[in-house]
Amino acid sequence: MSTPAPRTPAKAVPEPTPETQPFWDGCARGELLLQRCRECGTPYFYPRPICPSCGSTDVEWFRASGRATLYSYVINHRPARGFEADGPYAIAVVQLAEGPRMMTSITGVPNTPEDLVLDMELQVTFEQRGDISLPVFTVAGTAGEGATR
Amino acid sequence: MSGERGVIIAGAAETSAIGKLPDQSTLQLHIEAAVNAVADAGLKMRDIDGIATVTTPGPMQVAHALGITPAWMDGTAVGGTSFLLHVRHAAAAIRAGYASTILITHGESGRSRVGAGGGPARGASSIPGQFEAPYGTAGPTTAFTIPVLRYMKEYGLTHEQLAYVAVAQRKWAARNPRAMFRDLITVEDVLASRLVAYPFHLLECCLVTDGGGALIVTSADRAAQFPKPPVHVLGTGESMETPMISQMVDFTESQAFRLAGRAAFAEAHITTADVRHLMIYDAFAHLPIYGLEALGFTAKGEAGSFIADGNTEPGGRLPLNTNGGGLSYTHTGMYGMFAIQEGVRQIRGEAPAQVPDADISVILGNGGMFASSGVLVLGRQPR
Repeated sequence: MSTPAPRTPAKAVPEPTPETQPFWDGCARGELLLQRCRECGTPYFYPRPICPSCGSTDVEWFRASGRATLYSYVINHRPARGFEADGPYAIAVVQLAEGPRMMTSITGVPNTPEDLVLDMELQVTFEQRGDISLPVFTVAGTAGEGATR
Repeated sequence: MSGERGVIIAGAAETSAIGKLPDQSTLQLHIEAAVNAVADAGLKMRDIDGIATVTTPGPMQVAHALGITPAWMDGTAVGGTSFLLHVRHAAAAIRAGYASTILITHGESGRSRVGAGGGPARGASSIPGQFEAPYGTAGPTTAFTIPVLRYMKEYGLTHEQLAYVAVAQRKWAARNPRAMFRDLITVEDVLASRLVAYPFHLLECCLVTDGGGALIVTSADRAAQFPKPPVHVLGTGESMETPMISQMVDFTESQAFRLAGRAAFAEAHITTADVRHLMIYDAFAHLPIYGLEALGFTAKGEAGSFIADGNTEPGGRLPLNTNGGGLSYTHTGMYGMFAIQEGVRQIRGEAPAQVPDADISVILGNGGMFASSGVLVLGRQPR
C-alpha cells in the first residue's frame, strides 16, 4: 500500500512543539504572537519558556502589531526543496516594531534588489503551508495588509 | 605566566591528497590524517593517550579504528571551528594532567560524501526547522550570506570590495601547489560568475572538497623530543552567538569572533600589532571582513577597503589566508583544521607561500553561521 508521490516535493512545513504551539495557534487565527518577560519587560522571539534577557521564567504571550521593517536579505538562486518553481526568491530577516527579528519571506512584490529596499515598511500576512499558517510579510499599505488570511 | 605549563603543537599534517577523493571514506580520511600527524611528530600511535574530533564519525570510532584507548576524549562539535576548541580543551587537559599526548583529527568527505553520515539534525520540529527552513533556507549559501546587505548599507561596502576578497586570496593560492584553484582572477571575473544568493556570486563562496588533517598537542617541556620546531599555543578563546542567523545581535558584526578573539589575545598578552600572520575562516567572502573588524585589525566598516588596498595579499603588511583559504585552497565543510595547519606551517617556516618573520600567527575559526568561534594564538617562542 503506497500513497502516490506528490508531483513536486513540498516546501518545509513547521512541526509545532509544546513551547511553540501558542505561536502557531496564533498564526492560525491571523495573529502574530510574541512573548514578553513579566519581570523585565523584554519582548522576544523565537518562542521559549525563559526570558533571554534576565532568565526569568515568568513570561507571557502578547499580540504583536505585525508591523516590521526589512533588515536584510539574500535572493536565493539555488532553491530549497519545494521552491524550484518560484524563481529566485528572497530569504529575509525583518525587524519587528516590537524589537525582535525573525526570518521570513516577502510576498506581493518582485523579489529583486530594486524592489526590496532595506528599511522599507512591511506588514505581516499569513500563507497556508500544509496545516500551518506561516507568517510572511508584504509591503505596508498594499492590498492584503493586516492580519488577513 | 611563569610557572604555568606551556603547551605546543608537536605534530601537524593534512591528508596526503585533498580535493576530490571519491575512493576514501570519511573514516579513512581521519585515519590517514592521524597517521601523517603522528609520523610528523616522530611518535607511534601507542603514544597517544587523548583524542578529540567531531561527529561524524566521532572520537570513539576514530580512536577505536586507530587502536587507541584514550584516557581523555573530547567530542565537541560546534561546526567548522571545533578543532580550534579541541586545541583549547586539549591544552587545559594537558595542564590538568588528564592526558599527555593528544591527537585531534578531521576527515570529511564533503564533496564525494563517502561514508559521510547524516548532517546536523534540522528536523521540522527543531527551532530552525520551525522558524527558518519554511522560508526556503537550504544550507549556508542561503543563510550565512544574509547579514551582508545590512553591512553594505551601514558601512558602504561595495560589491567590488566584496569581490576583491576572493581576488586577494587567489593571489596566495597561486603560490600554493596544493590549492584547488590557482589561476589569478579579477573583480570582473568574480562579478561575472553566476549568482548563488544575491549579492553573492559563485567565486565569493567556498569550495566543497574532501580531505582531512590532524594535530598532536603536548606539553612544551617535551619540545626537544620532536623532529619539527615547536609551535607554542600562546592563547586560546571560544565563544558563541546564536544557532540561527536571524537571531544575530547585530548583522554588521560577529559577537562570537570578537569575544573569542579577546580571550585569546588576553591570554597570549598580545595586541594586533604583534601579529605577523592571520587566518580567518572564509566560507564566504564577507568573513574576512567581519573577522578583521572583530579582532580589531581595522575600525568598524574599514576592512573592505583594507583588503581592497592590498594590505592582506602577498607583499601586504598583514598576510591573510596564505594557503588561499576556503575560497581557493580547500573547504571540506569544517575548514577550521586547514586554517590551523596553515598557521602551523607558517610558524615552522615551511609554508608554500611563506611569510617572512611569521613569529606570531592568529587563527580565527567560525562554526555554523556566525554561531560559534574559536581563536588560537600560535608562536615560535613560548610566552
